Amino acid sequence: MTGAITTERILALQAAYIRCIDSDALEAWPDLFTDECLYVVTTAENHRLGYQSGIIYADTKGMLVDRVAALRKANVYEKQSYRHIVGLPHIIKNSGSEAEAETPFLVARIMHDGETSIFATGVYLDTYRAAGVDLKFARRLAVCDSSRVDTLMALPL
Amino acid sequence: MNVTVPPGSLPNTPQPAEWPEGALTRVPYWIYQSPEITALEQQNLFEGPVWNFLCLEAEVAKPGDYRVTFVGAMPVVVARDFDDEIYAFENRCAHRGALIALDTGGHARDFTCVYHAWNYDLKGNLKAVAFEDGVNGKGGMGKTFCRADHGPRKLRIALFCGLVFGSLSDDVPPIEEYLGEEVASRIKRVLHKPVVVTGRYTQMLPNNWKLYFENVKDTYHASLLHTFFTTFRINRLSQRGGMVVSPDGGSHASFSFIDHKSQQNEYAAMGIRSDNEDFALKDKSLLDNADEFNDGCHMQILTVFPNFVLQQIQNALAVRQILPKAQMQTALNWTTFGFADDTPDMTKRRLRQNNLAGPAGYVSMEDGAVGGFVQRGIAAASGERAVIEMGGSSTANEGTRATEASVRGFWKRYRGLMGI
Repeated sequence: MTGAITTERILALQAAYIRCIDSDALEAWPDLFTDECLYVVTTAENHRLGYQSGIIYADTKGMLVDRVAALRKANVYEKQSYRHIVGLPHIIKNSGSEAEAETPFLVARIMHDGETSIFATGVYLDTYRAAGVDLKFARRLAVCDSSRVDTLMALPL
Repeated sequence: MNVTVPPGSLPNTPQPAEWPEGALTRVPYWIYQSPEITALEQQNLFEGPVWNFLCLEAEVAKPGDYRVTFVGAMPVVVARDFDDEIYAFENRCAHRGALIALDTGGHARDFTCVYHAWNYDLKGNLKAVAFEDGVNGKGGMGKTFCRADHGPRKLRIALFCGLVFGSLSDDVPPIEEYLGEEVASRIKRVLHKPVVVTGRYTQMLPNNWKLYFENVKDTYHASLLHTFFTTFRINRLSQRGGMVVSPDGGSHASFSFIDHKSQQNEYAAMGIRSDNEDFALKDKSLLDNADEFNDGCHMQILTVFPNFVLQQIQNALAVRQILPKAQMQTALNWTTFGFADDTPDMTKRRLRQNNLAGPAGYVSMEDGAVGGFVQRGIAAASGERAVIEMGGSSTANEGTRATEASVRGFWKRYRGLMGI
């Protein structure tokens, strides 16, 4: 079936996602989501307790665009970059046009002075949606294992 | 001429080092660096005549609910007993000093230390000692041992508008007197009905706790460091607003009223970075502010000495607890909340506006780093001092936020307690 979601397409989207963030091509990041979407950075504790508030919360693509604009134009933070290491997606269900998967992540943060630390680990809880040749995130919850954030979270996970 | 002596260079016990001339307008940098000062703060300040914020009443809503928190460095358990009263006690077993509760909170009928199974009720009373009478007539506690004489230190509790405060001191004034009328009324303004917690997280700050507490009280920096605010005219110094400082100096509230029409040129004229007029949001729902307190005040930041922040940024509501973790490390515990009667629209609005605050907050992320910038900047400057002279030298309430009066208020209170 043409356009059906495959594991290969999920992997390709995941690879594009982390490349976007890690190579400082944030402007391309919102386009990996559907127009109506949900992107939340939260913690395992909040997720378990059903708390909806996020460290970052966007329920429209416009809010993702604004997040990037704020990072570029308004917010002040020391130069830094991430290196995402993403594990294998566990596909929970796949209807062909929509799929759900859980994918573990590890993000190292590299500060401008070279200091490198494990900034976050956790799991992405994703919903993928296919529209023709495009595969996009309809939902991406970045559920961090720890409830602690060191200093600040400038770049998205 | 006064000479500053870094306390680190003094013998063993913490000693009041001479404060530089200029009274409240000068702050010596050793105050953020000295281990002796940290020890003295635990004793004189956190365990002194102050009310430490512990948690929200909503977090210990039902009998048996408990939260684990801290008073400065002291681990503390806050629990609601089956008499429906809230109690707090040091999280330290009377036997060998091990933690009594190991997790961050939950529900319990009593507590048993894992080490030797000494058992405590929800008030912190020692109720049972394992093998107290020995085994087969041998061993056991001495005949004179009395459980009532042993137990973790207990805190006095004060409840105010759903906030739970604790104190180790018998001399601390009642909470309303402690807060002062103006700060108390500004807490009541926000916390006027039952709250529901919507999230919790901790931001680890690479700096001494005082640098963060000063930062929250510092209205001068807000529109200069946080450019997101000024870009959208949410917070300009020339907007209508003001500040109140509690009589003792330690607590404060700053607030502002939105004024979309005003055209301010002060920033542009000064060429200040934060004036970025061409910046526009793609999704303006973030700024869709509901005047939920019916007073036009869109922002209020309030502190209670020594460790509490109440935040209202539009409809983004949160409490923050400031805990010293090391000389140059502070835990900032955020709890976001809404009200039990929030409509789905209001819930959605708060979830969106919570982007304004927190470790990734559009108007707060910088605060997570700026204390570290100071801490790193002063690394070799323990003999130098900060200049805190904006708005003069008093701690009086002012009708402007172009002042550092509340920062001076902090130091007035702090030095009084510390005896330096």
